Amino acid sequence: MEGWRYIKGITAYLPKANVDTDQLIPARFMSVPRSEGYGDYLLYDQRRDVDGQIDPKFPFNTDKYLSVLIAERNFGSGSSREAAVYALVDAGFQAVIAPSFGDIFASNSVNNGLLPLRLEEEDHAALVACHQAQPDMPTEIDLKTSRIRLGSFEREFTLDETWRLKLINGWDDIDMTQRYLSSIEKYIDRACNITPWAWPNGVK
Amino acid sequence: MTQPRSLIDKLWDAHEILRREDGASLLWVDRHLVHEGSHHAFAKIGQKKICVKEPTLTFGVLDHYVPTNRVGIQIDPSIPRMMQTLRDNAAAHGFKLFDITNQNQGIVHVIGPELGLTLPGLLVNCGDSHTSTHGAFGALAFGIGATEVAHVLATQTIWQRKPRAMRINVEGTLGPSVTAKDIALNWISLLGADGARGHAIEYAGSTIETLSMEGRMTLCNLSIEGGARFGMVAPDQVTFDYVKNRRYAPQGQKLEEAIEDWLDLKSDPDAYFDRELTLRAEDIAPIVTWGTSPEQAVPVTATIPELKSLKASKAEAAKAALEYMGLEAGKPIIGTPVDQIFIGSCTNGRIEDLRAAAEVLQGRRVVIPGLISPGSVKIKAMAESEGLDKVFKDAGLEWAGAGCSMCVGMNGDLVAAGKRCASSTNRNFRGRQGKGARTHLMSPAMVAAAAVTGTICDVRGLLSGKAN
Repeated sequence: MEGWRYIKGITAYLPKANVDTDQLIPARFMSVPRSEGYGDYLLYDQRRDVDGQIDPKFPFNTDKYLSVLIAERNFGSGSSREAAVYALVDAGFQAVIAPSFGDIFASNSVNNGLLPLRLEEEDHAALVACHQAQPDMPTEIDLKTSRIRLGSFEREFTLDETWRLKLINGWDDIDMTQRYLSSIEKYIDRACNITPWAWPNGVK
Repeated sequence: MTQPRSLIDKLWDAHEILRREDGASLLWVDRHLVHEGSHHAFAKIGQKKICVKEPTLTFGVLDHYVPTNRVGIQIDPSIPRMMQTLRDNAAAHGFKLFDITNQNQGIVHVIGPELGLTLPGLLVNCGDSHTSTHGAFGALAFGIGATEVAHVLATQTIWQRKPRAMRINVEGTLGPSVTAKDIALNWISLLGADGARGHAIEYAGSTIETLSMEGRMTLCNLSIEGGARFGMVAPDQVTFDYVKNRRYAPQGQKLEEAIEDWLDLKSDPDAYFDRELTLRAEDIAPIVTWGTSPEQAVPVTATIPELKSLKASKAEAAKAALEYMGLEAGKPIIGTPVDQIFIGSCTNGRIEDLRAAAEVLQGRRVVIPGLISPGSVKIKAMAESEGLDKVFKDAGLEWAGAGCSMCVGMNGDLVAAGKRCASSTNRNFRGRQGKGARTHLMSPAMVAAAAVTGTICDVRGLLSGKAN
């Protein structure tokens, strides 16, 4: 996975609270191998009208290359399906900005290079107002300085240090954990003695 | 003197291999449960040419994609393919798989406890958000995404930042037909679907102590619907009695020794909690959801909120939800006509749930169609030995096989667009039970009552003449 430090991206606003991961990608698409791409499945049913036709009023249904999404409260709640993040990433998004995120979704995002940027309700409302006043104005996000800017809106955001490092460096946890193998072995030895019941009965 | 510790602190400390400077902990994973949906993670380790590090701590089960009507396996070619992929991965990596012909098959969060794979003091991971269910045993159990599943497969460890501690105390005696489901929907409607975000919840208090393991599992299961990745209950005699004689649990003297250790798995008297909430059991009524988020719930006797009574941000969501659900603000929820019912899922597909539904259905006929899917093959057999299947079938309901069934919308069990389903499941999200489906969450007894009357109704009225 490639890391990134700074983006300046065309922005869409999805004015809906509680956009859960079932909406982000309906279950019926989740058996598709990732290599086939998940972008078309993003908010599949929400983007269409009752007859299954693409709804031109929906914020994503545009020719513009979107990479920043302003969302509402509790974005990505519900199911742990990482496919919800794949759909956003494959559709070109690098950052989602919301007052709150589902915890599992936020972890999944960082593991795929997608920034879950949390803003306090007030700041978020100010950002939405700026976007609505100038919908074509791109959003700038700098991971190193924790700054977000859209026109006259500029704030510092808080970001978990681990997440910052992972996003910037595109780190893969599996590779990183290899550095701690001896600590893991020591832990296993200790646990075998202290909590022998933690190993399943009758399994070697 | 040592610092008083909460249950969460104790479980965390016991599994922490190391804590990095940035605050992330590397934790040891005692049990890793995988299902068909874990295919992305297996593909990931496959690309890296990595084997499963601890196949004896990894257990697989077919549940999400399993058609509960076993003969109908051909409905969608992706279904048998997904099931076969997990079989292939189990064979390639050498871990135990509970296939659909296995007498231990069932929903992952039902069979983990049934088999004694879930024990007090363990860290349990699964690529499913309802993994919090296992916390009912005093385990540190949480759902993870595919990248994290791949990490656990490869290393048997997981990186995680310690969540803040939250305690929900429930005190007093629950009224008739008020269940763990109602406790959960009650606090979620109070705090919101993201109310416990970033927290691990310990459920405590006299009401929780009197809950069966089934009830505790329902409660912990629904933690994620209020935003908490973790839910837990301190283990006690109820827990130990449940664990005894389970296939993979310690036996005999080893169990006695384990219980000695497990008795310490409770919060110290002065342990610190970042948040604490106390509910009175007497104040909780049977609850139903009216919207498309679990927070959009009211006591069955109440009316759907007026939009003007809600905060602006919630009013907007409520308006959209009511439009989707075909309901009106300010109207009673009781009497809403229902098209079909479903009883099952990792939330309410256990034997106690089936008994509660059967109590309502005994000697009655339903007026709308419905499906009952037991949480596991074992529960199915137990229910049949008690004659519950006969009660359901005589009432006019369909008695199916075990799996995630109509909760998850990926195995062929679906609610059609525009249809209204009274459901014992965990999510009333748009399209969760099928594109355009309208889901009302409630307890199994409440679902059974809806089946009998064809409307959302108060189960207490149907049981008042019956003996308890």
